[in-house]
Amino acid sequence: MAMTSQASERPDFSAFLRPAEGGGRSIELLVKGARCAACLSKIEREVRALPAVDSARLNLTTGKLSVGFEPGAGDPALVLERLDSLGYPATLYDPGKASAARDAEGRRLTLALGVAAFGAGNAMMFSVPIWAGLFGQELGPATRTMMMWLSAVIGAPCAVYAGMPFFESAWRSLRSGRANMDVPISIGVILTLVISFVETVLRGRDAYFDAAVSLLFLLLIGRWLDHRLRANARSAAADLLAMQAPAATVIGEDSAERRTPLADVAPGDLLIVRPGERIPVDGVIEAGVSELDKSLLTGETAPVRITPGQACQAGAMNLGGVLHLRATARSEDSAVAAIARLVEAGTQSRSKYVRLADKAASLYVPIVHTAAALTFAGGWALGLGPREALLRAVAVLIITCPCALGLAVPAVQVTASARLFRRGVLVKSGAALERLAEVDHVVFDKTGVLTEGRPQLIDPVPAAIAMAAPLAKASAHPLSKALAAHAGPTLLADNVVETAGQGIEGFIGGRRARLGRAAFVGVQGAPSSETELWFGIEGDTKIRFAFADQLRSDATAAVAALKARGLTVEILSGDLPAAVGRAADAAGVAEWRGALTPADKARIVAERTAEGHKVLMVGDGLNDAAALAGAHAAMAPGTALDASQNAADLVFSGDQLGAVVEALDVARSARGRALENFSFAALYNMVAAPAAMIGLVNPFVAALAMSGSSLVVTLNALRTGARRR
Amino acid sequence: MAILMFLAPASVALALVGLGAFWWTLRSGQYDDPLGDASRILVDDERP
Repeated sequence: MAMTSQASERPDFSAFLRPAEGGGRSIELLVKGARCAACLSKIEREVRALPAVDSARLNLTTGKLSVGFEPGAGDPALVLERLDSLGYPATLYDPGKASAARDAEGRRLTLALGVAAFGAGNAMMFSVPIWAGLFGQELGPATRTMMMWLSAVIGAPCAVYAGMPFFESAWRSLRSGRANMDVPISIGVILTLVISFVETVLRGRDAYFDAAVSLLFLLLIGRWLDHRLRANARSAAADLLAMQAPAATVIGEDSAERRTPLADVAPGDLLIVRPGERIPVDGVIEAGVSELDKSLLTGETAPVRITPGQACQAGAMNLGGVLHLRATARSEDSAVAAIARLVEAGTQSRSKYVRLADKAASLYVPIVHTAAALTFAGGWALGLGPREALLRAVAVLIITCPCALGLAVPAVQVTASARLFRRGVLVKSGAALERLAEVDHVVFDKTGVLTEGRPQLIDPVPAAIAMAAPLAKASAHPLSKALAAHAGPTLLADNVVETAGQGIEGFIGGRRARLGRAAFVGVQGAPSSETELWFGIEGDTKIRFAFADQLRSDATAAVAALKARGLTVEILSGDLPAAVGRAADAAGVAEWRGALTPADKARIVAERTAEGHKVLMVGDGLNDAAALAGAHAAMAPGTALDASQNAADLVFSGDQLGAVVEALDVARSARGRALENFSFAALYNMVAAPAAMIGLVNPFVAALAMSGSSLVVTLNALRTGARRR
Repeated sequence: MAILMFLAPASVALALVGLGAFWWTLRSGQYDDPLGDASRILVDDERP
């Protein structure tokens, strides 16, 4: 974990502290791995026991630990160290992100849902006697009017409060000159309430207070589910990003190390980047020699050697030695930013996508409102009287309730996302699933998506590996690690010295041995490559180990599965054409291109879209971010850089590419369920609307039909993604 | 029928108590960490 300080001097984290009530300061940490009551009490007890710590409270649901410090004291680094030693690695949470996490909208929706439930239940209590009266039981007009008044007193205020989210949204959309789904809902609810009041005052027979509130209750369930889906995805995505690189280590005037939020790093700051950390901002190397892994930036697999005076870009991973870096750009001006602008352009085009429910609403609204208007005009013309005609028109509006539109799609999408989440795929929004279901062309990035994204030893020779293993195990370099992965248990070499960017030297059985670049080991004239290691032991022959980025174990199967589903597959990579061609052959992909720039990738995706394809882009690098944002749907692995994860609709974890196939299956199944629900709603409305027109609907029938149709639609949603065998 | 004059308001009042209780639970953040609250009950209080 990058956050654990190996240095004897602890870095200063004070930039992350926020002022708390009572003069102290507080900090928010993201703790991984805490799952049970024992972890909870252990973490809180141990952190509280630290000096100057006032309070510690762990939220087990979100994994966030808030620590309060006494005024004028407190060292977050101590807390991080203690958590690490307890076995729960923790990350600092950016103060900006922490305050954004307060979910005010969610609480408001929950309260509206509670009020609607109360209103529906209690208004219904007074409606039951009225309904009983409808079937000829003895209920005098005076008692009926009293019941209607009681129902009004409870139902109307609840409907007004619970309807606020819909009214506000409808008002906003009307002011911007469009009509969304909330407009017909608001018109229906307001009209129903007004007519019911008039009926009550006129001592009439039909009052729909309970129907109006239960309609809102059912719609609010849909709204609440949709909100939960987005809020969960947001916080899960924020957690993923927080685990990456929220901070840089700045060396101050007094040569003390200070952890600083990325946004606060200014040009001219001297930064220190340890092995295993990413370069936080664009800069020039002041001191230190190392190798950089640029695979997430450019798609190149081979590490690049870097020496003082050279420039390096944010996002590259430091593999070797400690680097001192002079920042030349702010975080938002770094090379990342140019790509971010491309991403923004792509995201804008995607926001024009019209969701399934809104498409259905644009069909539903004119039909139903015309039917209601015709009922009123026709009824009056046929001699019903304006009051009876108006009542029938309102009955049409109520019984053709848009429940299927408001509830059916969110219910399907929540079920689908929950299924995918259990399989390690994070869905960022419901619209993402809808877009994924329409895809017919898949574009893969090579490095880190089709391949593992890290070098693997090819043609392993056990005897040679056993000889080199004592040295390989002592190094953290990715090539050494790949070599060590093939070795059995062995002793470590003695007196190991690692020369950054060159290799590692040590004594095996008393003899000096070296592992590293050809020149370092003493091989002259051999063609040098970045993806090989040489091993030499005093007075013995030199051995060469070659490495290559291997395909993910199920890449070929995943490509075949996608083709079997009628999709076309293509590879776009920034890596050298020869390497891309080899990977494409192995994975069974005929269409591929190499040596592409980020703009090339975005352009090719745009071309495919112009040809009429709906493109799914799967990529992890910064060079993929623009293409991800421009594609119809986008997926990124959990190892991707934050820019790519932001641009993607779905993020999958684990090393199986099968997640892409599974996400596609679930998305298609969800789309099927949603369409089924719409067909059911259409069928229901075709029966219900004529019934309301000829006056067969009374408040009792309306209540029954409405909840019945909602129930059917929700139950159907639960079948989403279930395996059909 | 006069009993209705008493029963109807009484039932509404009871339901209002329930709604108030729900509002209170929401305000005091009792839905913020369902997992943690379920676990906390298993943890013994510390004796100072």
